[in-house]
Amino acid sequence: MTSSVGEKEKFVLVRQNLEEAEKIEKKSISFWGDAFYRFRQNKLAMFCVFLLLVLVAMAIFVPWFSKYDYDTNDLMNTNQPPSAKHWFGTDDLGRDVFVRTWVGARISLTIGVVAALIDLLIGVVWGGIAGYKGGRVDEVMMRIADILNGIPYLLVIILFMVVFGQELWTMILAMTVTGWINMARIVRGQVLQLKNQEFVLAARTLGASFNRILFKHVIPNAMGPILVTLTLTIPSAIFTEAFLSFLGLGLNPPLASWGTMANEGLPALEYYPWRLFFPATFICLTMFALNVIGDGLRDAIDPRLRK
Amino acid sequence: MAEKLVEVKHLKKYFNAGKPNMVKAIDDVSFDIYKGETLGLVGESGCGKSTTGRTIIRLYNATGGQVLYQGKDVHRIKSKKELKELNRKMQMIFQDPYASLNPRMKVVDIIAEGMDIHGLVKNKTERMEKVVELLETVGLNEEHANRYPHEFSGGQRQRIGIARALAVNPEFVIADEPISALDVSIQAQVVNLMKRLQKEKGLTYLFIAHDLSMVKYISDRIGVMYFGKLVELAPSDDLYKHPLHPYTKSLLSAIPLPDPDYERSRKRIPYDPSVHQYTDQDRPEMREVAPGHFVYCSEREFEQYKKEYENR
Amino acid sequence: MEKILEIKDLEVKFHTQSGTVHALRGVNFHLNKGETLALVGESGSGKSVTAQAIMKLLPTPPAEITKGQIILDGEDIVPKTEKQMEKIRGNVVSMIFQDPMTSLNPTMRVGRQIDELIMKNEKVSRQEAKRRAIELLDMVGIPNAASRYYQYPHQFSGGMRQRVMIAIAVAARPKLLIADEPTTALDVTIQAQILELMKRLKEKLETSIIFITHDLGVVANMADRVAVMYAGQIVEIGTSDEIFYDPRHPYTWGLLSSIPSLDANDGEELHAIPGSPPDLTKPPVGDAFARRSPYALQIDFEKEPPMFQVSETHFVKSWLLHPNAPKVEPPKIVQQRRRVLPGTFEHPVLVEGGL
Repeated sequence: MTSSVGEKEKFVLVRQNLEEAEKIEKKSISFWGDAFYRFRQNKLAMFCVFLLLVLVAMAIFVPWFSKYDYDTNDLMNTNQPPSAKHWFGTDDLGRDVFVRTWVGARISLTIGVVAALIDLLIGVVWGGIAGYKGGRVDEVMMRIADILNGIPYLLVIILFMVVFGQELWTMILAMTVTGWINMARIVRGQVLQLKNQEFVLAARTLGASFNRILFKHVIPNAMGPILVTLTLTIPSAIFTEAFLSFLGLGLNPPLASWGTMANEGLPALEYYPWRLFFPATFICLTMFALNVIGDGLRDAIDPRLRK
Repeated sequence: MAEKLVEVKHLKKYFNAGKPNMVKAIDDVSFDIYKGETLGLVGESGCGKSTTGRTIIRLYNATGGQVLYQGKDVHRIKSKKELKELNRKMQMIFQDPYASLNPRMKVVDIIAEGMDIHGLVKNKTERMEKVVELLETVGLNEEHANRYPHEFSGGQRQRIGIARALAVNPEFVIADEPISALDVSIQAQVVNLMKRLQKEKGLTYLFIAHDLSMVKYISDRIGVMYFGKLVELAPSDDLYKHPLHPYTKSLLSAIPLPDPDYERSRKRIPYDPSVHQYTDQDRPEMREVAPGHFVYCSEREFEQYKKEYENR
Repeated sequence: MEKILEIKDLEVKFHTQSGTVHALRGVNFHLNKGETLALVGESGSGKSVTAQAIMKLLPTPPAEITKGQIILDGEDIVPKTEKQMEKIRGNVVSMIFQDPMTSLNPTMRVGRQIDELIMKNEKVSRQEAKRRAIELLDMVGIPNAASRYYQYPHQFSGGMRQRVMIAIAVAARPKLLIADEPTTALDVTIQAQILELMKRLKEKLETSIIFITHDLGVVANMADRVAVMYAGQIVEIGTSDEIFYDPRHPYTWGLLSSIPSLDANDGEELHAIPGSPPDLTKPPVGDAFARRSPYALQIDFEKEPPMFQVSETHFVKSWLLHPNAPKVEPPKIVQQRRRVLPGTFEHPVLVEGGL
């Protein structure tokens, strides 16, 4: 044993450039790179992303390429069950349920995304300012939010639509009247937590302005929960629209959203179930997918799960 | 005669002033910091040393008293321009290397932020050049510029924090427990770096820490705080060899040293505040017991300490 | 000398997304009954992993004990099941952590937390457990123990909480107490009090202690023997005197010379160890510390050094002790304190296999 280590030449001191010691071996990954890597590990979430992409693609392309329009009446062929000619059957005016489903998808998804984005804008600004300024400003701003939140949101939406009409944009705006409150609360919570972090203090000592601190330091670090909330607001908006339309308070015919289609399909449930089945299924699928993606994002972003 | 850079006069910082849960974090503290020196500020949790640092740099507003920087009252500056100037001259290094860098920003942007705010560079190339120069000054290198904080170790992050503070060419740097969160051998790296930078750039430091051996090594003078008050202020060697205030003695007697023989014979002296027996007549304040050596005491104690110092 | 703990060739790996971390790469040491062994090292050295391995508290999806034995009070606990370990924890071995706030249940009264531990390990009535709990609180220096028994953790200060944690840890009179950086977060004076308490308890309860820390002052105060860890291995182990007055490993030298001594002059620069600890997903070949050492030998980059024995109790893992190695001088600070200790061998002896 000892003889094999006896090579005298090996026992010489080695001159080292000890500054080399500071090198970093691994590849550079940003925070988002790291988060998306973890997200990709979540098979269910990835599947839902795929599902959602398929739904969106169908919503975009089917109405273009279909030989039927969403409002093409065919009174000779009303209430036909699914067949080779009409994949999802027809409704009581002979309209092709398949194409209507995808037109409905466009509308439902648009409502969901636009409403959520408007909520995001208002919520981030409101919650950001309240959280960062603190004190009186915070109190006043959040009390306003609390009061608004106390009003039953369906009532607000219904009133809004009665006053302004049952159009697509009135419905979207109606939902944002109180929809931003949740986002504002989340953002405010994040800001409260972040504003006393040392990197924010450091920015202050460097002389950073209020805007710079809020938009360059605080909000980017709150993006995680913001993104998750955004992803979970969309299904909420879609559902609200579906619900309202289901009550008859939604969009006017022949505009089809999944909600209005479900509304029309309910009375026919006993004899022509496909008319309710298809829109309802897609509402569920979309909400499910978005919820799973939202959860997946939340897990991927959670700093505690980081190395 | 050394020039005074910072003068703290009867500084008070009370949290929740007037309410039942009021905390007197800084309770009438006065001291000066001379240009080019390192003043150490030590004490245990709740003594107010960190609050003092943050109040000096205006992260907190003072409840009372003044902080003068080159003669100007820091807290009374109204003009934005003057405030910006002050931000450039006074900088801070923070304790937690994991929380003091924005995790979403690249190192180059973190270091350059001060330069961006104050318009110290003309274009992107110059900006990058300056950043690389700073990185090399703190012992890192160019390839680190495009990385994110989480890719670095604690010691490296602390160095990035130092580079960030240096980017605006400050005169005065407050180091708030800059090494407490680091491993022992990394502490030595950072302290050596800070000493070297002080020599090269003529910096003045306020070094706030609770590790007394390290503070003694880097500081010229040391102030000891206890519950919001400064109880002793003296040149480093003098403080360690001839502590006068009973709290200082207690603190020093509690420090374990890496020397088994010393440890076997060390006796800890507990501190009991009632040993002072201050009456309403006593007006304890900082009195100069020996040249440069100040102790917070009453008249009575002053005589005692003088005798004690003479007989050392 | 009876051994309360023996660790042989312990290897622990962590399976993470960025690769497999070789946290412990062959750890060997023992603890004698009634002894305090300090485990010293910096972040990433493996000292906490060692402690958790002894308690079998390593989360076993990512962690895995891939090799070795942990012989606690005569039995190898590596193959033991969780159920079996439940009987051992608290009774035979117990642990104190760094942060008492997160190790105490904030929603349960303090007294109850101690009761639970006593009752888990022995068949006693609630009354009896309560009486013992109050006794323990008193023993760890909590004033008004009888009334503080009913308080919640948040009503105690940091130092007091640490005392409560110690009370819980010793409630079932374990033979081995592992203290993982118990005073790192505490002020100097509170730290001193807690260390004094631990020494008192050790005498009274005849417990052996493994004390994990990176503070060499605390080590000098508490330890009978010291093990220095680096990159998942023990690089030097010996009595407290041997480590402080006759250290032989360059890493130990580095640690000792990066602490300013209280009688140092301003002029001398602190001898800082350059660079950072290695990435253990790709453990370095040969001597892990060589890359940061001014005393590195060519062979350090090729072959891992064996253990050399310097005295009955002093072992060093470094090629510098090989007869063919050049004579090197440690940094000045180390030289100044150095002395020849009785029992030191004339020449270091190569150790085959473990200790």
